[in-house]
Amino acid sequence: MTHQFTKDDVYYFANFARIAFTDEEAEQYADQLSELDKFAERFEEVDTANVQPMTHPLHQVNVLREDVPTDILNRDEMLASVKEHEDGMIKVPNILS
Amino acid sequence: MNFETIVGLEVHVELKTDTKIFSPAPAHFGADPNMNIHVTDLAYPGTLPTMNKRAIDYGMKASMALNCEIAPVMNFDRKHYFYPDNPKAFQISQDKRPVGSNGWIEIEVEGKKKKIRIERVHLEEDAGKLTHAEGGYSLVDLNRQGTPLIEIVTEADIRSPEEAYAFLEKLKAIIQYTGVSDVRMEEGSLRCDANISIRPFGQKEFGTKTELKNLNSFNFVRRGIANEVERQEKILLSGGKIVQETRRYDEATGQTVLMRVKGSANDYRFINEPDLSEIHIDQEWMDRVRAEIPELPDARKARYVQELDLPEYDAHVLTLTKEMSDFFDATVKAGADAKLASNWLMGEVSAYLNAEQKELHETALTPEGLASMIKLITDGTISSKIAKKVFKELIENGGDAAEIVKAKGLVQISDEGTLRTVITEILDANEQSIEDYKNGKDRAVGFLVGQVMKATKGQANPPLVNKLLLEEINKR
Amino acid sequence: MTLFSKTATELQQLLHNREVSVKEITEDAFSRIAAVEGDVQAFLTVTEQEAKAQADQLDNVPLEQRGPLFGLPIGIKDNIVTKGTKTTCASKMLEDFVPVYDAHVVERVKEAGMVTLGKLNMDEFAMGSTTEHSAFQVTHNPWNLNYVPGGSSGGSAAAVASGEALFSLGTDTGGSVRQPAAFCGVVGMKPTYGRVSRYGLVAFASSLDQIGPLTRNVEDNAMLLNVIAGNDHRDFSSSSKEVPDYRKALTGDIKGLKVAVPREFLGEGVDEAVKASVRDALKVLESLGAVIEEVDLPHAKYGAPTYYVIACGEASSNLARFDGIRYGYRPENVKNLEELYFRSRSEGFGPEVKKRILYGTYALSANQYEDVYVKAQKVRSLISQDFAELFQKYDVIVGPTSATTAYEIGKTLLDPLTLYANDILTVPVNLAGVPAISVPCGAAEGLPIGLQFIGNHFEEGLLYKVAHAFEQASDFKAGTPLVGEGQNR
Repeated sequence: MTHQFTKDDVYYFANFARIAFTDEEAEQYADQLSELDKFAERFEEVDTANVQPMTHPLHQVNVLREDVPTDILNRDEMLASVKEHEDGMIKVPNILS
Repeated sequence: MNFETIVGLEVHVELKTDTKIFSPAPAHFGADPNMNIHVTDLAYPGTLPTMNKRAIDYGMKASMALNCEIAPVMNFDRKHYFYPDNPKAFQISQDKRPVGSNGWIEIEVEGKKKKIRIERVHLEEDAGKLTHAEGGYSLVDLNRQGTPLIEIVTEADIRSPEEAYAFLEKLKAIIQYTGVSDVRMEEGSLRCDANISIRPFGQKEFGTKTELKNLNSFNFVRRGIANEVERQEKILLSGGKIVQETRRYDEATGQTVLMRVKGSANDYRFINEPDLSEIHIDQEWMDRVRAEIPELPDARKARYVQELDLPEYDAHVLTLTKEMSDFFDATVKAGADAKLASNWLMGEVSAYLNAEQKELHETALTPEGLASMIKLITDGTISSKIAKKVFKELIENGGDAAEIVKAKGLVQISDEGTLRTVITEILDANEQSIEDYKNGKDRAVGFLVGQVMKATKGQANPPLVNKLLLEEINKR
Repeated sequence: MTLFSKTATELQQLLHNREVSVKEITEDAFSRIAAVEGDVQAFLTVTEQEAKAQADQLDNVPLEQRGPLFGLPIGIKDNIVTKGTKTTCASKMLEDFVPVYDAHVVERVKEAGMVTLGKLNMDEFAMGSTTEHSAFQVTHNPWNLNYVPGGSSGGSAAAVASGEALFSLGTDTGGSVRQPAAFCGVVGMKPTYGRVSRYGLVAFASSLDQIGPLTRNVEDNAMLLNVIAGNDHRDFSSSSKEVPDYRKALTGDIKGLKVAVPREFLGEGVDEAVKASVRDALKVLESLGAVIEEVDLPHAKYGAPTYYVIACGEASSNLARFDGIRYGYRPENVKNLEELYFRSRSEGFGPEVKKRILYGTYALSANQYEDVYVKAQKVRSLISQDFAELFQKYDVIVGPTSATTAYEIGKTLLDPLTLYANDILTVPVNLAGVPAISVPCGAAEGLPIGLQFIGNHFEEGLLYKVAHAFEQASDFKAGTPLVGEGQNR
């Protein structure tokens, strides 16, 4: 599992996260990621053969809400945080190019 | 070389809940942009999803109607990708534990019945809507964001465009019967993508598939698949290779067009949604939901054929929508002859709905009204011709057929004395026709019957007029 | 008047006797802020006008309608949303972000009639343990301004320690309430996961995050938890278990209490001064009738890697929403959508946040998911089981909150053993979702040392009982740091 990250690894994962790095940063982050991964190597030795993964600290089931509308957000309040909008809609730059 | 067509469908159906699946904002079609939103739909910092109970019920109901096994334990997962209509940059969906799995529905194409297996039915949230504006930018409307969806994924069991069409028609009918969705493709509450590949007959392995999108009607699905199969055949026959890619059906040209090549597949990085609880479905919950599912189209079809002696064709057409089928059942229950009720619903009623672009519930016609009219036909009170007048009144203004007939004086004239008087007058005025008849021109009788009908404003009992007319001519 | 050294109960008495008004208490808080904030720099936003206007209104509320924390000043960590008041998460990404709604805890605090003083500094998006990862300012430890206050709730701890606020709210994902509380000599509680609604807490790691109170003494802390705990239908994980009156637990009687001390908590990497202070504390507990036994917490040593994988994985997911579209930082002159995404996120996030998002993205990627992420979730099960087993035999677990006292600003590159020891102490608590409290138990070279008590799920009452008994019996009194009274920087 342990892994020496390269700059290309950094770019590969950063692309999924939509984060850009300079070459210099990528190199530095590659080292930091390798450190973190070495860290995670520690639990390789733990026997988890019959262990269920724990996704929540408390086991709550069937927490459901009734199908009744409430708390509708005021559009103008919403648009106050939006840098660019038009006709009540949020503007985004060209998607294709 | 002959090729076999292999198709799997992915169908998205919007569920008709009052609120969104993970927020309490209204989930209605047609509001002004960004008016039906909650802070959660905007992925506002600090917001958390909350799970709509009815959406879970509906997902279970649809899965059951599609003969799926229901997961006793399920959860939601996050599926990550960046897009402006996806505010959290992840969609809450179900990855490993979908609500329904291993289902099937039966279709019939050219008289042959076939089961199409359904791999899974999972619940998820819909994305917002992007409008591409002139000037090279786009606008985001999040009203649709969070609308509950089920995605129905079939096994690659479909072998022709016609089977795909039949599958969708059947699927639509079943879902619509359950009442969980309007299943209107034109409003986007049913959307379909097709995975298409071909292989030489006899070959076991599947060929490389392409994914076809932008299929906006069942007909486009049929044509799109046909066109894509044709395209793939040409490539293979000329020694080429199929590339795994996403294509779009162009309605104008009837061709499929490349959208993007799949190669650099996104890594969706599914994780268990930590902000929603697991769902455990016990027998009681299952039973409650199952009890809400009405008799489905196949069961009704069988009943119509076996118990009501309807032809297969009638049974099929009547059960295409729940509304029509419910109406038919109620009409028969109100005392109408089943075959006559079927004829009227498939004939005059459907023609009216098509011409007026209306749905049954938007007219004034009631099952009781239609039944009362059919009863008058059966007992000879009105002719089929008069019935058409009565029908027009019933579907436009409603009411009871007997009362309409009475009020408008439309009762069939079956009194021999009255008819003989009219017939005598007509014969007196049409000596030439009598002559023609006696000279062997049978058509002359038709003319004379028509004159009698005209004189009685169509109310005369036609078989009786025929009989009496011949008697009177022969007397002369 | 200097009210900052009084307890909530004392101030409430003064208010009740009309010896002081809410306005005076509020003004006193702001004059304290004016006096020391230049040194401490705990606040990112000070809402003086709003607070004073609120105080005027509160003074008109009849006495019989006032709750126990009525009219008392509180500061809120800046990752808890406040309607109409900037909430930045100490990130350039949210530099100008003004929320349209209040977090559940903010609603509760307002309903209780508390006066909000402003928003407190933190490590960006709560990622860090020094508050140096704030995009805006470095907060200084009131006990020695050359030292960090800890983190990520460094502003929350420093504001309370320096007397700027009587109360504050922090958040704890891997120790972020307890460690700064220890570094600043205040009381910090991380409640059971699910005890306090997370609605309105800007998520770092959803399955670990919990909001907790920081105060100068245990009683005040219990009173604030009384206010913020309880069910909220907007957070599925918020428990509907009844909230007891935590103040009633403060009886001082811990006779027969079974206390476990994990050997792992006093191992390599823990400072000798810290160990000594904790051993002294154990003697105090024994003198109160508690029964102390050494135990093992065998999987605690895997806490850190487990924590990093899960926390970074969830963070990479939770922070994906910051895309420059609907709110937050949006660069100018952007040509297309991809550029908007990349520039918003690259320019809006600081280096620590980027690193964790990157690592989380890696941990969740298809090839690593089973081996890294699911493996971590399984180890998490084992860590949780360790606690469950101990709590069958023992009432509370005790140890240091941090392996060392506060670090010098700019010199937080700790040796690996210390890092390792630190992670063992705080992180397993979040992984198991159990509650834990840090109370001051001593000092070394003028910097406070914290003692941590860990309880079973929903045993906050018991933690307050033992922490309070210790606080009352201990010789050590944290007192008031000299900040603002001529201390040199």
